[in-house]
Amino acid sequence: MSFSHSIGGMVWRFDSLRELMAKASPARSGDFLAEVAASSDAERAAAQMALADVPLKQFLTEVLIPYEEDEVTRLIVDSHDRAAFAPVSHLTVGGFRDWLLGDDATEASLKELAPGLTPEMAAAVSKIMRVQDLVLVSQKIRVVTRFRNTVGLRGRMSTRLQPNHPTDDPAGIAASVLDGLLYGNGDAMIGINPATDSVSAISELLKMLDGVIRHYEIPTQSCVLTHVTSSVAAIEKGVPLDLVFQSIAGTEAANSGFGISLEILREGYEAGLSLKRGPLGDNLMYFETGQGSALSANAHHGVDQQTCEARAYAVARHFNPFLVNTVVGFIGPEYLYNGKQIIRAGLEDHFCGKLLGVPMGCDICYTNHAEADQDDMDVLLTLLGVAGINFIMGIPGSDDVMLNYQTTSFHDALYARKTLGLRPAPEFEEWLTRMDILRQDDGGVRLGQGVPPLFRKALAQLN
Amino acid sequence: MSDDKKSPAHADAWQQLRSLTSARIALGHAGTSLPTAAQLDFQFAHAQARDAVHLAFDHGALAEQLAGRSRETLTLQSSATDRHMYLQRPDLGRRLSEASAAQLKDYAAAHAEGFDLALVVADGLSALAVQRHSPAMLERVDEMAAAEGWSLAPVVLVEQGRVAVADEIGALLKARMVVILIGERPGLSSPDSLGLYFTYAPRVGLNDAARNCISNVRLEGMSYAMAAHKLLYLMREAWRRQLSGVSLKDDAQVPVLEAGEGSRPGNFLLGG
Repeated sequence: MSFSHSIGGMVWRFDSLRELMAKASPARSGDFLAEVAASSDAERAAAQMALADVPLKQFLTEVLIPYEEDEVTRLIVDSHDRAAFAPVSHLTVGGFRDWLLGDDATEASLKELAPGLTPEMAAAVSKIMRVQDLVLVSQKIRVVTRFRNTVGLRGRMSTRLQPNHPTDDPAGIAASVLDGLLYGNGDAMIGINPATDSVSAISELLKMLDGVIRHYEIPTQSCVLTHVTSSVAAIEKGVPLDLVFQSIAGTEAANSGFGISLEILREGYEAGLSLKRGPLGDNLMYFETGQGSALSANAHHGVDQQTCEARAYAVARHFNPFLVNTVVGFIGPEYLYNGKQIIRAGLEDHFCGKLLGVPMGCDICYTNHAEADQDDMDVLLTLLGVAGINFIMGIPGSDDVMLNYQTTSFHDALYARKTLGLRPAPEFEEWLTRMDILRQDDGGVRLGQGVPPLFRKALAQLN
Repeated sequence: MSDDKKSPAHADAWQQLRSLTSARIALGHAGTSLPTAAQLDFQFAHAQARDAVHLAFDHGALAEQLAGRSRETLTLQSSATDRHMYLQRPDLGRRLSEASAAQLKDYAAAHAEGFDLALVVADGLSALAVQRHSPAMLERVDEMAAAEGWSLAPVVLVEQGRVAVADEIGALLKARMVVILIGERPGLSSPDSLGLYFTYAPRVGLNDAARNCISNVRLEGMSYAMAAHKLLYLMREAWRRQLSGVSLKDDAQVPVLEAGEGSRPGNFLLGG
């Protein structure tokens, strides 16, 4: 249907909900590239006013990408829980924003509401929220997941230790793993982006991580970020694999570009479950997403990039993930131009994911051709820490020497722990204390003196 | 920075690991934060990478150098008129401006027989890479082409160009093969990495699947000799099989010299 809004002597018309959503989206380069953005600031503001008046129920009758053409739309429509939706079913998008900010929206009520929300509803309300709204509402929500430890509890923030090496050299990876562990990082996972993507190469890396985790009894999980079908192949060969990784997007066509479908993801999930490696829980999928991925695959159907991203979370939540990571600044300035756009996108993604019941983390990152720097990342890290992010990246000195981008460092995580009082996952915190690596008590974070005895033996081998 | 009592920053006790990786490990800590020296090292590396992205392409200097060895050049512009537009509109960087396309058409009309090989140099995301590495790389490719008996189009220098602009240039020049030398996205420790992309039978609208890429050409990365060796292999195969891209595997037999490979300690975290 078409929508209009009159203000300042002008009548603004929008031909469809898809167009209205795109024009109401806060400005970002990717929507301009896709030619779906508002043509002026006034048109954008008018679109936001028109969107605020749209009943949430409208999203149940007007889909943005046709049901017949897209299995993600079918998943969203077919899995919608009308009973869960009931408490907000009478509201407009604007009314929903007010409700979310009010006292009726609590950790418990938001948890019950999640299956009643579609990604488009979450995206719509985020478009009329300021940064502080996105932080305030996210902060109410907790999404807790379990595998070998417990991630997402209130007052805690985990890190993915990312020990990438340009040639997957075991000694080089081990050096970064040890550096990260001794800086108290790695409770979300120890996760490697492999330089060589063959099943035999990733199997060697998985065996290596499994050996380290078992030898030092580290309460964490391993992941090698390869295609889901390669993980299934590794599982079939009996390789010890904890988390099953895949990049996902919010449209069937974009997922097809990644070489996946919902069916392929289901096969990956079931293969992971068959190993029964998580003593505390069955959350074992690890997904990465990011605004702009659908457009870069020319698979966005005229839908704005933030809404496409929220749809990816509908895919994610279908598979009970352990963690979902929006790799917000990796894609480059043609999608998110500068620090301002990256910061807003990271907070939108975290908010939409959490609202939909997804255990969100964020790769707080940028490339050297984006108009962004370490100060921007500090701002986003601080805001996401306040918002209750489940996990962030931890890499040596913010510099990924394999993927050539900058993300949060081991030190950055300790900054957030110190200033915001955020602790690691409880099982991992206990291990850090036992190993005398890091102690955290009221207001203080202290690193241990020197190298713990167990690791001293490893270092001695190098002499 | 030292563990001297007077220094407020602390060194890490695992310095020996730094020889095992180029990752920024064992940086030490001030409180639990990055010590001043490590913080400023990072800022300098980022500044170098940023400067590489925004450095203007000095095509005049390159043209002069090439003229020095009697190599003709044509200087063209993409449809992206400045750096900010270039960064936000990849589609514009892939196409020549109208004026440049007209200029190239005029040149091609006067050379209707076409060429075996066209070489393109574009700033891409690092004019620094182009400035440092393209003269030597071009010289090697020219020598290879001469040895193979391939006719060469003038070197086309493109401002604000992306990889696919070479396809339009190759098509307009009626070149059987085109190679573009382009500045790659700068990494924090690699601001001057050059990429080589090769297409057989170039035309507008091809995607990455139709190209072959040789990446990371720089002093600390792939050598000129190695890159030239791989490129020659690809071009000979393409010439023979009349195709490029994913179906043309890079099976070039190259002498691998991985210094000290045998002495790498492996995963030292697990005993022995």
